[in-house]
Order: sequence, then C-alpha cells, then structure tokens
Amino acid sequence: MIPEIGHFSLWLALGMALVLGAVPLVGAQTGRADFMALARPLSYLLFFFVALAFACLVASFVGHDFSVRYVATNSNTALPLQYRIAGVWGGHEGSLLLWVQMLVLWTVAVALFSRHLPKEVTARILAVMGMVAVGFLLFMLLTSNPFDRLFPAPFEGRDLNPLLQDPGMVIHPPMLYMGYVGFSVAFAFAIAALIGGTLDATWARWTRPWTTVAWMFLTIGIALGSAWAYYELGWGGWWFWDPVENASLMPWLLGTALIHSLAVTEKRNSFKSWTVLLAILAFSFSLLGTFLVRSGVLSSVHAFATDPLRGQFILAFLAVVVGGSFSLYAWRAPQVGIGKRFGLWSKESALLGNNVLLVVAALAVMLGTLYPLVLDALGMGKISVGPPYFDAVFMPLMAPTVFLMGIGPLARWRNAELPALALRLRWAAAVAIAGAILTGALAGEIRLVATLGLVMAYWIVGSVATDLWGRVHPQGVDWAQAPARLRQIPRALAGMMLAHLGIAVFCIGVVMVKAYEVESDVKMSVGDSTTVRGYTFIFDGIKELKGPNYVAAQGQMRVTRDGQTIADLHPEKRIYRVQQNPMTEAAIDSGLTRDLYVSLGEQVEGGAWIVRVYVKPFIDWIWFGCLFMALGGLLAVSDRRYRRAAGAEQ
Amino acid sequence: MKHVRYLVPMGILLVLLYFLRAGLNLNPKEVPSPLIGKPAPEFSLPRLDQPEQRISRADMRGQVWMLNVWASWCVACRQEHPLLVQYAKQSKVPIYGLNYKDERAAGMKWLADFGNPYTASISDRDGRVGIDFGVYGVPETFVIDRDGVIRYKQIGPLTPEVIHDTIEPLLKQLNS
Amino acid sequence: MTRLSLYSSNSIANMRKLIRRLFVTMAWSLACAGAFAAEAKPASDNPALEARVMKISGELRCLVCQNETIAASHADLAVDLRRQVREMLQNGQNEQQVIEYMTARYGDFVLYRPPFKPLTALLWIGPAAMVVGGLGTLFVVLRRRSRLADDAFEPDDKDASGDPHLS
Repeated sequence: MIPEIGHFSLWLALGMALVLGAVPLVGAQTGRADFMALARPLSYLLFFFVALAFACLVASFVGHDFSVRYVATNSNTALPLQYRIAGVWGGHEGSLLLWVQMLVLWTVAVALFSRHLPKEVTARILAVMGMVAVGFLLFMLLTSNPFDRLFPAPFEGRDLNPLLQDPGMVIHPPMLYMGYVGFSVAFAFAIAALIGGTLDATWARWTRPWTTVAWMFLTIGIALGSAWAYYELGWGGWWFWDPVENASLMPWLLGTALIHSLAVTEKRNSFKSWTVLLAILAFSFSLLGTFLVRSGVLSSVHAFATDPLRGQFILAFLAVVVGGSFSLYAWRAPQVGIGKRFGLWSKESALLGNNVLLVVAALAVMLGTLYPLVLDALGMGKISVGPPYFDAVFMPLMAPTVFLMGIGPLARWRNAELPALALRLRWAAAVAIAGAILTGALAGEIRLVATLGLVMAYWIVGSVATDLWGRVHPQGVDWAQAPARLRQIPRALAGMMLAHLGIAVFCIGVVMVKAYEVESDVKMSVGDSTTVRGYTFIFDGIKELKGPNYVAAQGQMRVTRDGQTIADLHPEKRIYRVQQNPMTEAAIDSGLTRDLYVSLGEQVEGGAWIVRVYVKPFIDWIWFGCLFMALGGLLAVSDRRYRRAAGAEQ
Repeated sequence: MKHVRYLVPMGILLVLLYFLRAGLNLNPKEVPSPLIGKPAPEFSLPRLDQPEQRISRADMRGQVWMLNVWASWCVACRQEHPLLVQYAKQSKVPIYGLNYKDERAAGMKWLADFGNPYTASISDRDGRVGIDFGVYGVPETFVIDRDGVIRYKQIGPLTPEVIHDTIEPLLKQLNS
Repeated sequence: MTRLSLYSSNSIANMRKLIRRLFVTMAWSLACAGAFAAEAKPASDNPALEARVMKISGELRCLVCQNETIAASHADLAVDLRRQVREMLQNGQNEQQVIEYMTARYGDFVLYRPPFKPLTALLWIGPAAMVVGGLGTLFVVLRRRSRLADDAFEPDDKDASGDPHLS
C-alpha cells in the first residue's frame, strides 16, 4: 500500500509542477494577479506530495519491504537502521527522488523568503523551478520509478554496497544535492530576469544570498565526499579526479565565480549579461553532472547502474533546459546596458579576472573529463585522462587565482591605485616567502613545489591580515578603538575573509600532505614494531569479531611516541555476509597537525600481516579549510544588509 | 554582428550535445587493441592435454587460425562456448585455445564437461602471454593470418552476428 | 561496484580460510611473541624498487576496473601488471620502456597521463590557451570601455558610507 501511495504522490506532484511551471508564468506575462498568486500555494503542494513520496520510500526501507525492487536491491534485513535510511539514496532511483526532494525544498524556501520581491519576479522564479521539477519527475516516473514492485517479493534483499554503509554515506549525498540543486535558484532568478527584462543591480542583490547558501552546501558536500573517500577507501587518497568528482567540482568552480561576479553586478550594475550567463552555466553544469553520472558515457566507481534510455532522457532534458536558457540569453542579453564606469585596474576587474580563471578551470576540468569521449566518438581511438593530467593542469591555474585573491580584497572599487596597493601588500609578500621557507625548514626538507604552494597559502593569510589591520587600526586611529572597529566590520566582509582563509588552510593541508607524507609498508608479526617520523607502531595481533552484517579480522595496533602510548588503532579486514567482498577499513588517529593512518594488507606465510602505516601531516587542514569556506559563506549570508532589505521591502 | 557572441554558448552546447549523444552508444571501458595489423607476439607454451609438447608462434605460420582466450573460472566463456563448439564443427579454420591463468586439471575438466572446439589448447598459467596479446578480460578471440599478423580481435563473448558478419568474411578473404 | 568486487572467487575463499585459521596462528604467535618481537621488516625485499613500481603503476590504468590505477587495484590483472613492471625495472629498464611496453599491448588507453601527440594537443594546450584568451579578452574589453566617454555609462551615485571596501 505504502509504495502505491508514494507512486501516486509522485504523479500528483508532477501535476502540481506542470501547473506551477505554466500558470504563474502566463500570469506574469499578462499581468494576471490571480495566476501569479497561485505560485506560492502550488509550491507548497508540490513540496507536500514529493515529501510524502519520499516518506513512503523511507518507510519501505525501514520496514524491509522487499516487494519494492529498489528496496530489495539496496537493503537487507541485517542492515542497521541508519543505513536503511541512507539506502534510500544509495541507488539511482532513490537518489533521483532525493534530488527532487531537495529541489522542492529550495522551491518552498524561495516561496517563503521572497516577500520582498515583486510578484511577477516571484511568479517567474517559482515557475522555472516548477519546470525543472517537471523534468525530473517525468524522468523518474517514466524511466526510474523507485516504487516499482518485484513479484514474487524476495525474502532477503541484496544489501547496500558495504562501502556505503558508513556515517559519511548518510550525510554526503544530501549535502551535495542541496548544493547542486540549490544552483537552480540562481538559475531561476536569471531566467526570470531575462524573461522580464529586469536584469539589474537589484536582481544581483536578491540572487546573492541564494547563490552563497547553495555554494556553502556544495562545498560541504564535496568536502564530505573527499573525507569519506579518505577514511573509507583504505589507501589514503582524498581526490581522484574521477568523472563523478569532477561533475561536482565544475559547478562549484562556476558557483564561486558567480558569487564574485554578482558582487560586481550589484556594485556597478555592469557585466550583467556575463553574470546571468554564469548563473545559467552553474546549474547547467549541475545538470551535465547528473547526465554524466547516470548515463554510462564515462567510467567511474561512483557511476550508477545505467540504461541507454535513461541517458537519452537526461540528454533531452539537458538540451531543452540549457538550450532554452541559452536561446533566451542570446535574445535578451544584447539589450542589457553596460552599467556604471570602473577603471581598468580596480577591484571590479580583479573580481572579473578571478571569474575568468575559475571559468577556465571549470572548462579545463570538463575538457579533461570529456576528451576521451570526444576522441572515441570521432573514431580517433581511446585514451585515458587521469590524475596526472588534472594535477598538471589544475594546479598552475590555481596559482594566479590565488594571487588575485590576495590583491582583490584590498583593491579599491572603481580605481585601484596600483602603487599604493603594492606597497600595502609588501608585508604580505615578504611573510609569504619567509613563512614558506621556514615551514619547509621545520618540516625537515625544503621542497620547491611545496614552497611555491605555501607561498600561495601564506600570501592569502598575509593579505587577509593586511586587510584586517587596515580596518581595525588604520593610519592615525587609536588602538583603543580597535575592538569597536572590529565589531563594525560587516558580516559580508568577515565572511569573505573567513572563506579566503579557508582556501589558505586548504592549500596548506594539500601541500603539506603531498610533500611530507611518509609511508611504511611492513610485514608485522605479533610484537613487531615500526617507527615512522617518531611514532612507533606496535602490532599486538589480530582479533576476530562479528559486526551486524559482517565478520572481520581486526588488527590491534598501539602507537607510542617518546615511550608514551598515544593511540590504539584497529584497522580491519571485513567480509560482508551478503556481498562477500573483502573490505579494508583503515584506522586513523586524527590530529591537528597530522593523521596516523594504518591499513591492513594481506596475511602472509608465518602468520605475519602486511601493514601499511602512514603519517600524513596536516591532512585534516584540507577539510578544515572547506569548513572555513562554508562558515565564511554562512557568515556572509547573515549580513544585516539582506535581513534589513528583506524587512524594508515588505 | 555584436549579437553573434551571444550565440557562442548555444554553439558550444550543440557541439557538446552531439558528442554526449554519440557517447551513449559507446562503451567507455572497452579497450581497443593496438595489435591489429601487427604481428602476433612471440609465444611458446605447453599444450593443455600434453604438457610435454609445446606450441609456438612459428608452428602456426602458413595457416589462418583463431585464438580463443578462455578459462574454467570464466562465466562469460560458458556463454560463447556452445557457439564455438558448433562453429568448430562446420568451419575449416583451426581454433586454438589459450587457457588463461587456469589450473590444468580445472581446464581439462571444463573442456570435458562443455565440449572441446579446439585443435589444441595451450596453458598460460601466469598470464604473461595474455599480457603480450593485450588480453584484459576473458573471453577474447583473435583472428591471425598466414603471416602471423593479427587481423581482428573480439572483446567479450562471440555472438552469431559477429561470426556471420565479421569473422567469416574476414576468414574467406584471408584464405583466398 | 568497487574494485573489490573483482577479486576472483579464489582470493575470497582464501580470505575466509585465513580468518578461520586466525586463532591457531594467534596462539602460535603469542607463544613466540616474547622471543621474536622486533622492528618490522619491509613488506617487500626492495623498498626502493617497490616505490618506483608504485610510482609507475600510479600512472597506469587498471583495465578491468571502473576507474583505478594498477597501483591501487586488487584485481588479478593489476597484480600481474605490477609484477611485470617490477620485473622490467629489476632488469634495468627505465620508466619510458615500461610505458612503451604497456602501450604496445594495450594502447594509449592504459596511460592516465595522455601522451602529447597531435591528437591530444588540444587537450594539453587547451587550458593555457583558454587562460590567455580569457584574460586577454577581459583586458581588451575593459580597456575599450575605459576609453568610452562618460555618458556611455550610467551615472555613478556616491556610496553613502564612503567606505571604498564595502563589497
């Protein structure tokens, strides 16, 4: 019964979405207030029916309803509750439902927080969101129904992929989708503005908070995915330039560019058509990502089980949405004016330079990801493009971007006086170079690439510090005023500083772990020890244990430093009862300045085990950095300016 | 003319859509062989049924032949095997088997159970000859001409269509 | 599915046998622990060679996996190819020869670092070209605008706060 309710609910949702996609839009074009007024209630109804369907699927999982094919392929009676719930989005159909759930969540949010917008604008935005929902609901109902039944119902399910039975699995996809899907709001704002001809600085101010929040979630989602891969996959990698990872990185890069571009448009009412194009592109790349992951055109560990029909549907949807947007853009954008004046060398141009670099970075990732496909389609053979390519191309692109990051915030609007700017930044430059060399020396060995990376990171820190210094203790102002001046810094600015610091922290993490990571591959019998970077790892043997749905050989490792035991690590080799694949669970001792990472290999003759021991310096800074970026976004969005504006225009 | 640049995104999209559409019909994991048109690699392996005897590349010169890579642990091989057995009966082209990374006893039993289409099978216990042939999955089938040049490689199980549409015409051409 | 799903049934069976033998081994180990506990020996006989093997293997694609290097993969073919790399290095061959060996048999597809040839020129040069093109275009557009008369733009109202840094 429940699956049928869920299925029916999806059809009702489709109905709501169809009406939402059409009626308010017509209302906005013809000035009919009653049509436009339907947008909000329709949004709430749409949300209700999707949420009901989602709840039905969750209930089917929790209740072990194996007559539902999707539940049978992704769950099992022995699966613990939290993974039964997470299993809802463990496969293609369910993750699509999660996608739509996020979409309608954002739609409701826009409906709730758009009181300050003119009713035509609100109507158009919600209509666009409705149209996107139509596409995905149709896709689900026609090709990927999560409520398909299985006759006869099996007694036991196939089980969720063991790799996904992990806390990270519970939270990573929802966060990621909140971000991906969240760019649909900026997209909807852009389309609404193009249709209505209301592309201006006000539009940019409205769009900014929505973009920032979506960006925040995407940052967290990507960071979680990376952290999860790190502790789950057993060999310590945290980014593989896998097509699916790239599919989430491209919208992130474009979203970052969009945030900065919106700042220019809001300030100077200029580069509007460029900003609106970015808003369309960010969501378009989200859709492209959806296609790449679910169509089977690229080979990836993350890819969902595929079906040519599904691929065709998403491609058609992509063509309609993006093609329609680009057509609208080509028609309307030329009419948009160039706004207010600003100088060749200014904060505005620094922001636009950042844009160019970020967009090129996204395009470079796309080039690498799709090149094998293009060559193959042209019959020119098959190649692979992997981490060596992306590392070689992406890092050099980031260097000038980071350089600009140090300059932009300190540049003046309209006209940056370059000599004065250079003078202000001389300390940052000096600190950057000195700090990088010093760090290398402290780490034991100065390495060229590491030093360059650290210079970049410290450059940002120096720039933020210089900026902060200039606001808190400017020329001729007493120190006593400093605390008050600190509090006066607008949250938007504080958010920017925090986010930029996040990038610096991220860079430090990446550089330090890449340059100074130490690995030790040893054969250990009970009582054997190995010492890496001052940490002694002692093998105390193996314990056999039983988990809820697996059996495991658990290593007992003690870690000491200067004679003191600082950690007990338990790496495991697990065999899951149902899927019978051996899985390695690494044991990690996380610390502020290093991770100790132990992974069990095979057992060899004589009862010894192959053990991989790593000391990874500063690796957690990678994810701290992402956290700071996200917090920076949160801080920026909470700026009084948005709250005040929302209240004033009510 | 100013408006042309606003059409650029659309243009790029159309190109992209073309390739993505083409991609739906391709298999991203299939590895085409660089050995087509090149001489088969040198090999010398013991026969599966009589390990004291060896077969090498030189022995095969002067005839057109097929090499089918198989193993007793390979599930997909069972799919193509009946086809191969039947084809061997009606075709004059010798089919040799490369028993890839398999135990001799298991291989012999598999042939006894499911039929033996091979003129002879040779044992590649450690897979080195397989690597030389660019084998990455089983089953795979090669067509090799009189001069020892590889002319065709089938990745995955043989199907009646492949045999009828591709292999038979090729064999006719090579034998003429 | 993951790389781990490509273990042959042999190694899975072995895995389970090993776990089942654990207690016996542990008892034996415990008996000897006191006497033989020592600095663990490296997993391989030649760690420096092994490091080179892993470095090269990190550039080669595992052909039976979804998207992994032969360094990371546990698939049989990956193990065989790593062995091949190890033997070639032991015989004194260099990285370039190993790469040529692999591409002769499996084509360019086996390389995660696409070789630089006319076919991949666009791939390798593309990003740099885009940066130069993009920044160049931006510069040209901004400079052209800077040369326009003031009335081509919207009038500028001074920022109320006067703070030039307010974003």
